[in-house]
Amino acid sequence: MTTRKIEILVGGFIVLAIAAFLLLSLQVASSGVAGTGQSYRLHAKFENIGGLKVRSPVKVGGVVVGRVAAIELDTTYYRPVVTLEINKSYSNFPETSTLAILTSGLLGEQYLGLQPGFLDETVEILADGDYIEDTKSALVLEELIGQFLFNRGN
Amino acid sequence: MIADKLQQIGAATIGNVRGYGRAGIMLFGALLGKPDIRKGFPLLVKQLYVIGVLSLLIILVSGLFIGMVLALQGYTVLVKFGAEQMLGPLVALSLLRELGPVVTALLFAGRAGSAITAEIGLMKATEQLSGMEMMAVDPLRRIIAPRFWAGVISMPLLAVIFTAVGILGGHLVGVDWLGVDGGGYWSAMQANVDLYQDVMNGVIKSMVFALIVIWIALHKGYDAVPTSEGISQATTQTVVTASLAVLAFDFILTALMFGG
Repeated sequence: MTTRKIEILVGGFIVLAIAAFLLLSLQVASSGVAGTGQSYRLHAKFENIGGLKVRSPVKVGGVVVGRVAAIELDTTYYRPVVTLEINKSYSNFPETSTLAILTSGLLGEQYLGLQPGFLDETVEILADGDYIEDTKSALVLEELIGQFLFNRGN
Repeated sequence: MIADKLQQIGAATIGNVRGYGRAGIMLFGALLGKPDIRKGFPLLVKQLYVIGVLSLLIILVSGLFIGMVLALQGYTVLVKFGAEQMLGPLVALSLLRELGPVVTALLFAGRAGSAITAEIGLMKATEQLSGMEMMAVDPLRRIIAPRFWAGVISMPLLAVIFTAVGILGGHLVGVDWLGVDGGGYWSAMQANVDLYQDVMNGVIKSMVFALIVIWIALHKGYDAVPTSEGISQATTQTVVTASLAVLAFDFILTALMFGG
């Protein structure tokens, strides 16, 4: 076999490998937050985050608009603080919006449901670094059962 | 009695350590020093062809079939929970994290590693290596180094190809045959696969495996007893040792990367 033929085959091998890697990194893995483009950050305090994890989706009406970027514990009040990374193209949520930890399906993963609030002259738009004040914590099944039993006892 | 036993243990240990030492000296002799690009590059391309391109067929076919079997088996379990849209992440994560690097390394040890050991062992038996030294050509630089680099370069590439073909095979069975939603297959995969955590760690894994397999293959060939029996033993040892080493290192790497 001539050197030229070998070199062409090796070149083809390398190109095939690069194509496979591009397939893996572009089609299989998701890079960055919801889609492409830039993002901004919002914070929210909860009583209990349940099974929420970093990279859990943030949805508005079922559409993914961002992801959870970080979960930390506020060391003065010992309440979890969740940092959200929201796509820049959805940048006009009013500060009256509410955030709830929901579960997809009965056994599914937990996600954040963002419910846009009303808007009038006194209400401002949420910007980078703002806190969403109105939050609803995750439903913990054991607490629910406990409450139910307590109520029955009365 | 006890002294004899102790002596046996000591002799075995010294033999082992001497083996590692010789393997290390061989590798350093081959890799240290200024590389001669003009002379070395054609040798490297030749070895990339022999080691990489000729392994392509077995990698493509086994990747396709492993992806297909994974989708088929995953589907039968997932459909019971009504979670067949998780088929994409199942196939992609198992291939990216484990099966891609490991199966590629095992196939590579069998397909290319054994060939390298037999080739170098026979060169030693027919005194071609000594002949090169007589002509003031360093056999470590001329024979060992191109094969080492060719193996280290081509195995991660083969593992990436294996994984990509496996995911396409999973798509073939899951979406085209069993009727899982095609958009869900890709989007659930994208939601669960992370570029750095999964893809990059898989590539790093296969680089480590490449180093292990090619080093063992070269060392066993270079150290083979120069008889026909010795070469056959060395070839067997290459496949056995390399496979075991890959599996052991896979456990360690998995524990380090995904265990925490």
